Amino acid sequence: MLSKKRVITFGAMLGISALALSGCAASTGAGGDVTLTLATVNNGNMVDMESLKGEFEAANPGIKVNFQVMEEGDLRSAVTADVANAAGQYDIVTIGAYEVPQWGANGWLTDLTEGLNDGSYDVEDILPPVRSALSVDGKQYAVPFYGESSILMYNKEILDAAGQKLSKNPTWQEVAAVAKAVKTDDVAGICLRGKPGWGDLFAPLTTVVQTFGGSWYDMNWDAQVNSPAFVEAVTFYKNLLDEAGQPNPVDYSFNECLNALKEGKVAMWYDASVAASFLEADDSPVKGKLAYSHAPVVKTKESGWLWSWNLAVPANTKNKDAAIKFVKWATSKEYHNLVGTKLGWSKVPPGARISTYSIPEYKEASAAYGPITLEVMNAVNPVQPGVNPQPWVGIQYVAIPEFQEVGNQVAQLVADAIAGRTTVKEALDKGQKIAQVAGDAQK
Amino acid sequence: MRKLKNSLITSLTWLIVIIFFFPVFWMFINAFKSEQDASAIPPTLIFEPNFSGFQRLMDRGMADYLLNSLTSSVLSTLIVLLLAIPAAYALSIRPIKKIQDVLFFFISTRFLPAAASLLPLYMIFKSLGVLDNINALSLVYAAMNLPIAVWMMRSFFNEVPMEIVEAAQIDGANFRTELIRIVLPIVLPGIAAVALICFIFSWNEYFLATLLTTSDAKTAPPFLASFVDGRGLFLGVLSAASMVAALPVLIAGWIAQKQLVRGLAMGAVK
Repeated sequence: MLSKKRVITFGAMLGISALALSGCAASTGAGGDVTLTLATVNNGNMVDMESLKGEFEAANPGIKVNFQVMEEGDLRSAVTADVANAAGQYDIVTIGAYEVPQWGANGWLTDLTEGLNDGSYDVEDILPPVRSALSVDGKQYAVPFYGESSILMYNKEILDAAGQKLSKNPTWQEVAAVAKAVKTDDVAGICLRGKPGWGDLFAPLTTVVQTFGGSWYDMNWDAQVNSPAFVEAVTFYKNLLDEAGQPNPVDYSFNECLNALKEGKVAMWYDASVAASFLEADDSPVKGKLAYSHAPVVKTKESGWLWSWNLAVPANTKNKDAAIKFVKWATSKEYHNLVGTKLGWSKVPPGARISTYSIPEYKEASAAYGPITLEVMNAVNPVQPGVNPQPWVGIQYVAIPEFQEVGNQVAQLVADAIAGRTTVKEALDKGQKIAQVAGDAQK
Repeated sequence: MRKLKNSLITSLTWLIVIIFFFPVFWMFINAFKSEQDASAIPPTLIFEPNFSGFQRLMDRGMADYLLNSLTSSVLSTLIVLLLAIPAAYALSIRPIKKIQDVLFFFISTRFLPAAASLLPLYMIFKSLGVLDNINALSLVYAAMNLPIAVWMMRSFFNEVPMEIVEAAQIDGANFRTELIRIVLPIVLPGIAAVALICFIFSWNEYFLATLLTTSDAKTAPPFLASFVDGRGLFLGVLSAASMVAALPVLIAGWIAQKQLVRGLAMGAVK
């Protein structure tokens, strides 16, 4: 048994250690100054925001902004741990459209509705489908920094050489026929994501499922993963990849397809609309050679997805007012003008504000892809993207916490089917069981 | 026949060395390529050297992250050595009762996956106000590495001939003299091996560093991952960052090479 003296000594040491550690903990600014910590992902638009933060700091003396850039998966884990435990480490967080409604409903985010409601900010200018995806019960919990839909991109030279044409609103059957017609030994007809992951393979595939009439769940949260429409859509996707897709499709996601189209190794690509700005960049070998169409459809009028990276303020931040001030600055019309004049008009964050598409300089810089991006983003319907109604708001994801896991597992099964290790039916039968467990939890 | 066998073994050894070394070589090459060259398919070996990746590291302030990694690695290694040496000594030279149970207890603390202990750890850090604190992170690293260090140190202490210890005791050496002046010099290569392994484990730790730190205490591994971009090219800058982050460990290993080989051989004998 420990002696009393030892217990006291041990307790004192523990106390001193805790005090020493606390003393070393990060301190907030002195003299009324505020340092905002912003967690974000590493993409071009966010890097641009960091490079321009000095303008905000100069206009708002006493507020500094500290950017913490993270890998997407790390960002999700770190920010979830922070907001769910009310740790208050971050004052502003970058989160996707998938998280906003769930976290908002959980009370983890600050309701920005009132804060954004001043005339100069013009909240009505935010693209309506994006705004609706970021609101719960009429309360807006985040502001889009940039948004995107999905479109079909294709190399006109390759299609012209094969005597093929595509309409502005093609069907998947049309796209499949063209892909097969233009395919050669060196050039694949189409590039589609095959890398397993809810945000990889299942982003485009879910839109294909929806336009074929399928859905992840019905209105009673019963899984529909092995329903005839879901099976038909996945079978179509696999067959298209087999017959006219890129080799080793399970290795391909956004970056791989982007490179393949840039290098002329594929004729068409269905993916995020933001890709067009990379393809039309000055250093792109295919600049000016591409054309863009709406996402291909079967039974729906539109089939594009809807995604946005958004800025939100955790409910427990100590610097709420300063954080909201920065969020408004970074998503304002003035910021878009600042990016255009300082960094170039092609770098203005797309898919967030309607007015951006009326700026003459931006219209000129994004002439090839700007109009279609706005058109598609305004046309998609996150409330009912498919043929049947669904009990959540969102297109290429199901807005429940379990979906990341469900989506990843089913994506792995479908990737196995694409790679020929199992059949589509077997994969989706297994997927149905996985999805049903998550569905039952919502009932 | 024997000559042929030797040649085959030598060739096989070189093949394995090349297989292990190739990713490092490729990382080194990619660090000096432009993003376009680094992600080109088929890969290119002839290219114009490009230092933009290193420039981006400097712009993003990599030195601060490296300093945090160095602090946590050195501090945790010192704590581990300070605790593991007497613990292992007690378990080897002056064995206590139920030694096997004690050893099993030490190693059993490693059975729990880090993910399972993360949430309680996060809550404790939050309650103590030490989230994003490099000293607190160092303590966690020390706790993680301590069981392995005790096991390794014990095997090194077991190598020490008891006669030397007994002779010192007969000559009147007290416990401290016996440990510091007699035993430790004998197991110095082992201590070097343990220190290097603990240093590497702490330096490379990614999971806890990502979640328990925010900005002031962020270490190099999460910083490296921050260059991964789902919507753009990043292989060049990531290779440059990885190369810079790997250098301190390579240098530490190179400096301690002789001690390390002797130390690992000591353990292996047992």
